[in-house]
Amino acid sequence: MTLPVQRPRSFLERLFIPEILRGLYITLQHGLHNLFHQDQPTVEYPDMRRVMPDRYKGAHRLTTRPDGKVKCVACMCCAQVCPARCITIEAGEDADEPIEKYPVQFQIDMLRCIYCGYCVEACPKDAIRMDTGIYEINSFTRQDMIHDKAYMTDLMDGKKPLAEKFYRDQPDQAPAGFDGTQDRVVSVDDSRGL
Amino acid sequence: MENHWAELIVVLIKCVFSLAFVMQIVPILIWAERKVSAYIQDRRGPNRAHIMGIRAAGLVHTLVDVVKLVVKEDIIPDHVEKGFWFAAPVIAMSVALTTFTVVPWGDSLLLPISVTSLWGGTAAMEIPLQVAQINGGMLFILAIGSLGVYGVMLAGWASNNKFSLLGGLRASAQMISYELAMGLSVAAMFMLYGTARLDQIAAQQAGPIWNWGIFGVLNSPSFDPLVLIGWVVGGLAFLLFWTSVFAETNRMPFDLPEGEAELVAGYHIEYSSLRFALFFMAEYAHMIVGSAVTATLFFGGYNIPFLDGAAIRAHSDLILMVLGFGGVPVSLAFAFIAWRRSKRPFYRALAKNDIRHREPRFFISMWTMSALSALGLGVVGALGLVGGTVLGPELLAFALQTGSLFIKVLFGTFFMIWVRWTLPRFRYDQLMDLGWRAMLPTAIGTIMLAGVWVIVREAVHAV
Ligand code: SF4
Ligand code: SF4
Repeated sequence: MTLPVQRPRSFLERLFIPEILRGLYITLQHGLHNLFHQDQPTVEYPDMRRVMPDRYKGAHRLTTRPDGKVKCVACMCCAQVCPARCITIEAGEDADEPIEKYPVQFQIDMLRCIYCGYCVEACPKDAIRMDTGIYEINSFTRQDMIHDKAYMTDLMDGKKPLAEKFYRDQPDQAPAGFDGTQDRVVSVDDSRGL
Repeated sequence: MENHWAELIVVLIKCVFSLAFVMQIVPILIWAERKVSAYIQDRRGPNRAHIMGIRAAGLVHTLVDVVKLVVKEDIIPDHVEKGFWFAAPVIAMSVALTTFTVVPWGDSLLLPISVTSLWGGTAAMEIPLQVAQINGGMLFILAIGSLGVYGVMLAGWASNNKFSLLGGLRASAQMISYELAMGLSVAAMFMLYGTARLDQIAAQQAGPIWNWGIFGVLNSPSFDPLVLIGWVVGGLAFLLFWTSVFAETNRMPFDLPEGEAELVAGYHIEYSSLRFALFFMAEYAHMIVGSAVTATLFFGGYNIPFLDGAAIRAHSDLILMVLGFGGVPVSLAFAFIAWRRSKRPFYRALAKNDIRHREPRFFISMWTMSALSALGLGVVGALGLVGGTVLGPELLAFALQTGSLFIKVLFGTFFMIWVRWTLPRFRYDQLMDLGWRAMLPTAIGTIMLAGVWVIVREAVHAV
């Protein structure tokens, strides 16, 4: 059974007009504020980007030893724990005695990854991290979405979204003004609590 | 015989002008709708499309929209009633444009051209700035304006689609309910003005601001009971009329015919491409005409408060001087704002060679040029180059009065947009309730008050 709820309205409220004017005043305040201050919380995305917080899980990268070799010892822990089964590792023998194993191939299918971060937690060698802050994991081909060892090792030093990699490889398709070197990562003031 | 030709040409020119008057505001309104809604909702609104780097605060999007609508595929569904279906958008648009023909946009233009050969005997050519001077001008608007619902109804019916049909039904029910209140409130104003000709109505409101219809058209700022009744009648009639205009244009609190939550898009679901564009533009044209009529009935029409046509013609040099020298700091302020905007983080974020860096520079130079031309205007006024000529004051009066109507229309349409992004949509029963149980009795009461006003005025005049 539905019970009609009686909300008593005052006479002025039943006239509607003062209430309508009150509503108009509120919306006008917002409109004028935004017109003059232009401080909407919008990040004008392709031109401006937010810098992700330190613990944001972005694209994976493979960490390296001081001599440049990847830290990974191909223990398969990450491949085992991955709930999406998207890590493919092909192990090889390392001549270096205490290391013994290294990944000949290390691929993550980013189309299947669910960014759970289990691989990072499972790794005994701190060899895989998701601290790049890259959230533009996209490409024009499916093949490019499978990140391989070389790519993930390169991600170490910079924030290079895949689209830019694509444009570097196919410069004829790049948009006007793109020279592949622009650092388009712009910090947006976080003081407004975005 | 030649007189008729000259008249015909003049009328044609006026037709084109009034068409241009309405159609040039439409893109501005589409842009304003997006931008105002964005700012009210703390968004940025359209700002990405650009021509050679000039984004013009999103105005380019309107242009792009037009191109999109023109080149889109015009889909004609198999199940529609072809004839009515084709006619509906045309009716909607042409009705909206036709009503503007009786709205005056200025005093008569007295062209001192020696046209004796063309113009039967007279030396000066007087051009009333209104396409059609009909005695029942306002009645014409009511008559033609209510035809507008045929566009919506035919679209709803001919689409052979239950959502469209429901939209059309709602439109017609709404139109019947609100046409009454609108007609009655206008009748009250007729009693105050004593005429239904819009040019005479506008002419009566010349001079000080308290001559405006909303203040009861009394030509005196005193506070005798007559004035007070006039205020009440004007105010009530304005509220009723303005609310009905919202209902007639199917704008927000009354946009049940296209209530997208329950009816997808209402009557224009089946339309695409230019046919949809016609409906889309008809809505904005309706808004413009509604605002223009409201301005003419209640806000002095083309009149500038405290500055009637004769005053403009007499003091044209002074006015030009004030406008020109006043325009300089305003333009410079806009140039300064454009410069400030160029320091926004957005521009710092752009790559060095990004084409959009041109935009602030473009606007700074544009506003500087505008300041220079304003300065030139002021100098022309100061030197008294215009007042002496025969044509100058006439053209100035024409420009100022048309501009005044333009600004009033812009404000009215802005108000409609503002209301749209403030109020939620009525429920159907609330709509009917408001129309029949609130507005109709109020309108009848307003007419009675106006009757009292007429009787009192006659008594006062008799004394
Ligand atoms: S983040 Fe999760 S889903 Fe993605 S690769 Fe690591 S374990 Fe697999
Ligand atoms: S990344 Fe870590 S967990 Fe995965 S195989 Fe290499 S060492 Fe083992």
